[in-house]
Amino acid sequence: MFPLRIAGLRFAPAGRPLLDGVDLELSGEGISVILGPNGAGKTLLLRLLAGLLPAHGGGVDWGGAPEPAGRLAMVFQQPMLLRLSVFANVEFALWPQAIRPAGRKARTLAVLERVGLAHRARDSARLLSGGERQRLALARAWAMAPRLLLLDEPTASLDPTATEAVETIIREIRTDGAKVLMTTHNLGQATRLADDIIFLADGRVQEHETAHRFFARPHSPAARAYLQGELPWRIAFDR
Amino acid sequence: MLAPAISLARVSTRMVPPGIASPYFPLPIPGRHDPASGVMLVLPRARSPGAASRVPMTETLLEAFSLLGGFDHRLLQIVGLSLRVSLTALAIGALIGLPLGAWLAVADFRGRGAMIVALNALMGLPSVVVGVLVYLVLSRSGPLGSYGLLFSPPAMVVAQTVLVVPLIAAVTRQIVEDAWKEYAPEFSVIGIGRPQAVRLLLADCRFSLSVATLAGLGRAMSEVGAVMIVGGNIDGYTRVMTTAIALETSKGDLALSIALGIVLLTLILALNAAAYSLRGWAARRGG
Repeated sequence: MFPLRIAGLRFAPAGRPLLDGVDLELSGEGISVILGPNGAGKTLLLRLLAGLLPAHGGGVDWGGAPEPAGRLAMVFQQPMLLRLSVFANVEFALWPQAIRPAGRKARTLAVLERVGLAHRARDSARLLSGGERQRLALARAWAMAPRLLLLDEPTASLDPTATEAVETIIREIRTDGAKVLMTTHNLGQATRLADDIIFLADGRVQEHETAHRFFARPHSPAARAYLQGELPWRIAFDR
Repeated sequence: MLAPAISLARVSTRMVPPGIASPYFPLPIPGRHDPASGVMLVLPRARSPGAASRVPMTETLLEAFSLLGGFDHRLLQIVGLSLRVSLTALAIGALIGLPLGAWLAVADFRGRGAMIVALNALMGLPSVVVGVLVYLVLSRSGPLGSYGLLFSPPAMVVAQTVLVVPLIAAVTRQIVEDAWKEYAPEFSVIGIGRPQAVRLLLADCRFSLSVATLAGLGRAMSEVGAVMIVGGNIDGYTRVMTTAIALETSKGDLALSIALGIVLLTLILALNAAAYSLRGWAARRGG
């Protein structure tokens, strides 16, 4: 599955390019954070990788493997929770995998324990707080034992305490052996979590550097402006 | 001053003897016989024209409540059969309609749109048409005639099932499709197949679907045409509330009709109250 190579990936609904020739290579370890202004195509890139949208050009090479079926998980900005118990919301994600019911139950309880929701296993998932909901969504993804975990702004609209809890879980998932590819607008979070940064702007990868080098010496004008807090329209205007 | 009123109200004694009711004057006509002219002078009514007819209506109502309060055997038998037939039809209809509607919500095939339009149209299927179709199928010369089901409670169950399946399936399709739009990306990434999605979505929408199912019960219990045709309205065997109300009203036995009407109305109200309470309970529990 790795190294994951994205070559010339293009998404242009009605001829309007939103992603215009994305080239990227990802190793199988660590946390890669995608940064970029709104409309840069960060979420779009994750959705294309997850197979939720058809690409209009280019392609993805999954390390020579045909498809990442069962080895990829995604957590959305707004976690999707069924009107079922906390337990059931994790357990159903194991249905496609050939695991016996007893095994599914054990793995579900284990992962709920790790995200601190075991005591709420029988509660309705819809009664959880925002932070708990995101932890539950991460638990579901974690239970699938993914090789690649896609996270779309997992801490958007969470308070600092909930954000810290989510970040701890993301680190644990990485330690468990999953490659994490996530988007965020929180630069502090990017500095805390990222091993490498992918900077997207205008539907293209402007920069792909280690986190340390990116924050120390961003070489593209768009990345420099972004880190200095300049507005995207100003960048376009100056150009 | 009374002359115009009296002259307008003159009625021949040969036509209507004093104190005797006629088809046109159901109550004894108050008046005074005039031997000289041979006519009866009808006196102007002291109260409003409808006042006299209130007396039997009150009596009818009292009789209806008496039937209800006395747990009249005939009434209980009719109510019991109605409930058995409608609940059985509902159970079968839910078993067919819920998965059918959920499958239609998540399925992707050519002709799906036409099928949804047809299903929605079938919600308004006239019950007499269903009655005739089921009659043709179950009659001796029909494909299922050898089972001898016509004019029996099972035939009524079949007819009511045919009526409630489109209703339950169409409402289920709409509810589940709305949920499917929300969950489809997550299911796709996880690798949930369509049969598993149907199972999950039915569980997820269970509270909304129970309301849809109760609507199906209301449809089954309140219909009259189909069960009249395939059941035959046989006293003590296939007579249900709606057919009994139709028959007794035409016979003039309004007390039983009203008593059955009160039971039917109470059941429908109870169903709606149950549906409302269920939604509230589910909302409090995060459903």
